[in-house]
Amino acid sequence: MSETAVFYIFSALAVFGAAMVVCHRNPVTSAVSLVLTLFSTAALFVLLRAHFVAAVQILVYAGAIMVLFLFTVMFLNIRESELRFDGGNAARRGGLLFLVVAAAGFFASRLFSGYAHAPPKLSDPENFGGAAGTGRALFGDYLLAFELTSVLVVAAMVGVLVIAGGKRT
Amino acid sequence: MEITVSHYAVLASMLFATGVYGVLTRKNILVVLMCLELMLNSCNLLFVAFSRLHEGAAGHVFVLMAITVAAAEVAVGLAFVVSVYRQRRSLNIDLLRILRG
Repeated sequence: MSETAVFYIFSALAVFGAAMVVCHRNPVTSAVSLVLTLFSTAALFVLLRAHFVAAVQILVYAGAIMVLFLFTVMFLNIRESELRFDGGNAARRGGLLFLVVAAAGFFASRLFSGYAHAPPKLSDPENFGGAAGTGRALFGDYLLAFELTSVLVVAAMVGVLVIAGGKRT
Repeated sequence: MEITVSHYAVLASMLFATGVYGVLTRKNILVVLMCLELMLNSCNLLFVAFSRLHEGAAGHVFVLMAITVAAAEVAVGLAFVVSVYRQRRSLNIDLLRILRG
């Protein structure tokens, strides 16, 4: 299968999943559609030779983050009647969404028309995008930023405990 | 026809627009958070595409950072949702008006 076909299949899946996230009323369906979008994006990452990022995307994004989402939805045990407030006509919402997406695509194609050429051939394909190349950048030039993200994660963890844990109200 | 960088840029913009539309129109806090993820993810796609164009690892590192930030944001956001739902028994985002100073 050619690269073009793979690109179009997975971008169609990504846009379809994104539209389902926005248009469907049930949060579980939205979450599963979001997994579809994230997975398709990971496939596009592979197409762009970013193998390590694609793996992280599937493991962390499509795996961990979406499990967290689904866990919350199940944990809250929301009844169908509690979702009525988020009504609106699905067809109308879909039509508006189509217009918005078409406009965004049109303006983006104008804005990025200067990049309408294929990416150049990689000079060092072995070291680009794999765990070795990305890791060398992560622990070399960006070591400080990488270490600082640990502070961010700890801060988020403490924040979560403060907001949701502790005493029941 | 060959796939160019602008193809990826257009796709990323479309996904981003979908996310913006969802954030602006949906009233369910959970779905609004998912649409935020959609927007972050579209930016990741753009980062990776331009990283491929310039053949640098910087874009990949940025994406890894963005995924970490997204994970932290989702954790805090969902904790917030759980906390609001416990008190108000609703996911309506209009409830967050109580946050107004």
